[in-house]
Amino acid sequence: MAKRLVYIAPLLVFAAIAVFFFAGLGRDPAIVPSALIDKPAPKFNLPALIDGKPGLSSADLKGKPVLVNVFASWCVPCKEEHPILMDLAKEGVVLYGIDYKDKPEDARQLLAAMGDPYERIGADRDGSTGIDWGVYGVPETYVVDSTGTIRYKQVGPLDREAVEGVIRPLLSRLAK
Amino acid sequence: MMRTILAMIAVLWMALGLAHAVTPQEMLADPALEARARAIGQGLRCLVCQNQSIDDSNADLAHDLRVLVRQRLMAGDSDAQVVQYIVERYGQFVLLKPPVEPATYLLWLSPGIVFLIGLVGAVAYVRKRQRDLGEVPPLTIEEQRHLAKLLKSDGER
Amino acid sequence: MIAEIGHFALVLALVVALAQASLPLYGAARANAPLVAVARPAAQMQFVLVLAAFLALVHAFVTSDFSVYAAAINSHSTMPLVYKIAGVWGNHEGSMVLWVLILALFGAAVATFGANLPPTLQARVLAVQAMISFGFLAFILFTSDPFARVFPPPPDGQGLNPILQDPGLASHPPVLYLGYVGFSMAFSFAIAALIEGRVDASWARWVRPWTLAAWCTLTLGIAMGSWWAYYTLGWGGFWFWDPVENASFMPWLAGTALLHSAIVVEKRDALKSWTVLLAIVTFSLSLIGTFLVRSGVLTSVHAFANSPARGIFILALLVIAIGGSLILYAVRAPNLAPGGLFAPISREGALMLNNLILASAAATVLVGTLYPLFLERIGGPKISVGAPFFNLTFVPLISPLLVAVPIGPLLGWKRADLAAALQRLWAAGAAAFLAGLVALYLHSGGPILAVFGLALAAWLFVGAFAELAARTNLGRAALGETLRRARHLPRSTYGAALAHAGLGIALAGIVGTTAWRVERIATMHPGEKVALAGYEVSLDDVAPANGSNYEGQRADMTVTRDGRLVARLTPQKRTFALSGADTAVTAIHTTGIADIYAALGDSDGQGGWTVRLYDNPLAPWIWLGAVVMAAGGILSLSDRRLRVGAPARRRLPESAATASGD
Repeated sequence: MAKRLVYIAPLLVFAAIAVFFFAGLGRDPAIVPSALIDKPAPKFNLPALIDGKPGLSSADLKGKPVLVNVFASWCVPCKEEHPILMDLAKEGVVLYGIDYKDKPEDARQLLAAMGDPYERIGADRDGSTGIDWGVYGVPETYVVDSTGTIRYKQVGPLDREAVEGVIRPLLSRLAK
Repeated sequence: MMRTILAMIAVLWMALGLAHAVTPQEMLADPALEARARAIGQGLRCLVCQNQSIDDSNADLAHDLRVLVRQRLMAGDSDAQVVQYIVERYGQFVLLKPPVEPATYLLWLSPGIVFLIGLVGAVAYVRKRQRDLGEVPPLTIEEQRHLAKLLKSDGER
Repeated sequence: MIAEIGHFALVLALVVALAQASLPLYGAARANAPLVAVARPAAQMQFVLVLAAFLALVHAFVTSDFSVYAAAINSHSTMPLVYKIAGVWGNHEGSMVLWVLILALFGAAVATFGANLPPTLQARVLAVQAMISFGFLAFILFTSDPFARVFPPPPDGQGLNPILQDPGLASHPPVLYLGYVGFSMAFSFAIAALIEGRVDASWARWVRPWTLAAWCTLTLGIAMGSWWAYYTLGWGGFWFWDPVENASFMPWLAGTALLHSAIVVEKRDALKSWTVLLAIVTFSLSLIGTFLVRSGVLTSVHAFANSPARGIFILALLVIAIGGSLILYAVRAPNLAPGGLFAPISREGALMLNNLILASAAATVLVGTLYPLFLERIGGPKISVGAPFFNLTFVPLISPLLVAVPIGPLLGWKRADLAAALQRLWAAGAAAFLAGLVALYLHSGGPILAVFGLALAAWLFVGAFAELAARTNLGRAALGETLRRARHLPRSTYGAALAHAGLGIALAGIVGTTAWRVERIATMHPGEKVALAGYEVSLDDVAPANGSNYEGQRADMTVTRDGRLVARLTPQKRTFALSGADTAVTAIHTTGIADIYAALGDSDGQGGWTVRLYDNPLAPWIWLGAVVMAAGGILSLSDRRLRVGAPARRRLPESAATASGD
């Protein structure tokens, strides 16, 4: 009996491996989950990007649930998600922007051309605030609740799935 | 303890001049601090290129993190504090050497476990063969020839 | 038109594979000779068909036919011809065609040169080979068709990734695949043996040449890939424990174990079911590697573009091939007749230790590669397992084996005298001691482990010849007798000695480069000098240097020592118009025992250039050692006895040397 078990063992090991392979298909292994989920947003104070529009600091994150969107004019997928951001802003979702490692004139041009969904925009010229948030690419979007705690991070551009499936339900839960 | 020693040796081993996207502008003037920065950088994964350390990667983020490591060192942080600073922001994925904790015990113990299983199996195999065939192993070819020679010389007398 | 022919050839090959997989198996089970005889011509025809398809694909690339999908995505009209050809396999679709080409090549080779095999065994082997081909041909035709037409054809292709436009790329994949895919033959032999229900010494002898051929080419393929990374990536690294590298290394470890355990089956009729399992596992690791590279389950700098459909298809192939073979193993292996007996201290014992350590090492690499996936799927944190883990686990595991390598061949079969064997290694021990002293003297500030590493390398190198010395009674008999014995020693003995010596050379190279590398990173202006490990390196000039599809800068550097000219180095930096990517062309001057290595970085905008200079002691030995290892394998392969059918009953010559037989 033990003898049989020895001969079956390789098959069992392979079966386990195959199960994990199957479970791993279709997921993007390059996505790094945020280390800040359910933790307070880092302290920061970014200057304004546009005259007339206030900059962004951690104090502004308290009071209501908001989306913090990290973007840049040199980032192609940011342009893809921009229409979705505009729609969200029209519906009344509060959007704050962090302009990451960007030239202010280029960012202003982008917003002038494609529309400006943000209530506040902070200019992170050297990316140090981005590092505090754990940003490793653009675009990224964070859902921050009214106490200033990060609840969710979207790596890469927002798409309909992410918005309908995760962000909207989360925002309505947080609004209560 | 042994693992710590091995780890230190490995880190020292790797720290000797393996930093490949580091630019002269980034390097610190103090060689001891720079050596520490290299050692730390060797252990941090570049999240953009992945599978490269931040010392090896050309990505902007790698550059930013290299600068950050050196800034923290100059501010007086210990090596562990610098690493902790980065792990707080990016999570454990940024460590190239997986931490030794309950989630990774299986990982770190696997070489030993596999080896032991194999050893037990090998010993069991040899023992079982001995039991099956009785205590006396049959003669080797050399022994057979020797026996044949002896018998032949015996027969000639 | 040619593309359609190529596509049709693949379809025909699929049909032939189906026939080759089924008819001979049925014929062998029913002792139906005509059906059994289908196997050989079918295997040969399959090769011709897949070759035709492959050539049709090459044609599309070479003629820049961008209506063919694979060429449109991966080629460009301005690329030099050699890279148009290399581009054929620098992508997923084309490399899969190369994959099945090599499968078919090995099948045709066994069909043509395997005359010594009993017809039923040969038929079964070819049938299993055809099953694998069928699976992968189906994969190509249904998910990865390189011949799909693109309408309207784009004016030009998207070009080959610039980092791949390199002579190393042109040769690395075909050689690697010869090894990687070549282990399919050992797999097929194992399955055939399980179906027949018999594993014996003749089986081990028949499977050996194919396994050895695959092992040699895989050794070379891995070495080429490592060498290519070394001179391409601009920082002198040569092994990164990247998942795709591991995917090729695991079959190598298992294949090395297989070569050694097959010896025990052949000589002592023992370790049979383990050897069969190992043959299955070696190719299974190749298959798993193929899955990892093409499914997108793991990140890697090497990975091809992937899609979930492909991932599922390959996973299905894996489950059928590996799962099926392991089920067959579980059912049939217990019935294999058990073999001979031996004491723990014996040649068999040493070979078992070899297998134990190599298998543990392969398992460790597998666990390390897959652990992040496993942990994430069961809800744990996302961690990364990088080079530090592998260095900390692999090195301690493999070191005892390296110590044992020279001892093993000196041990007798069944029962051996360890003390006598160690005595024969006195020269190797002395060499190790001396090497350690030299290392300590030359690099007293370096890591102490490197001293042991170099001593171990010397132990391996000198120890490799100890067996030859023992078998020829070197030093204990007249020179004439030694020479006479040397002439009669089988080639595989020389091959093994050479391979073990090569291992020592490679180890020395790895230790030297890793432990004693000297680096200088500096911003240099033309005219400035920098000191590097006893050399003086000056930057003379940086000038534009453009090619057919790139713009670049070339630095002219001079290396001198004590005023004498040592070398002129011309590292370059290239920007490719199509992708905007930058690559560095490093300049390496090798002295045979070290490399002086220069890479050009960015300009600082004020006339200064970042220059990275390295002195890499013993670096060339890494690849020299690999070549010597492969040469040893090829030498063994040329041993006439490998072509004999059953082991011939021959009278042992009077002069049979040690207790070992051979």
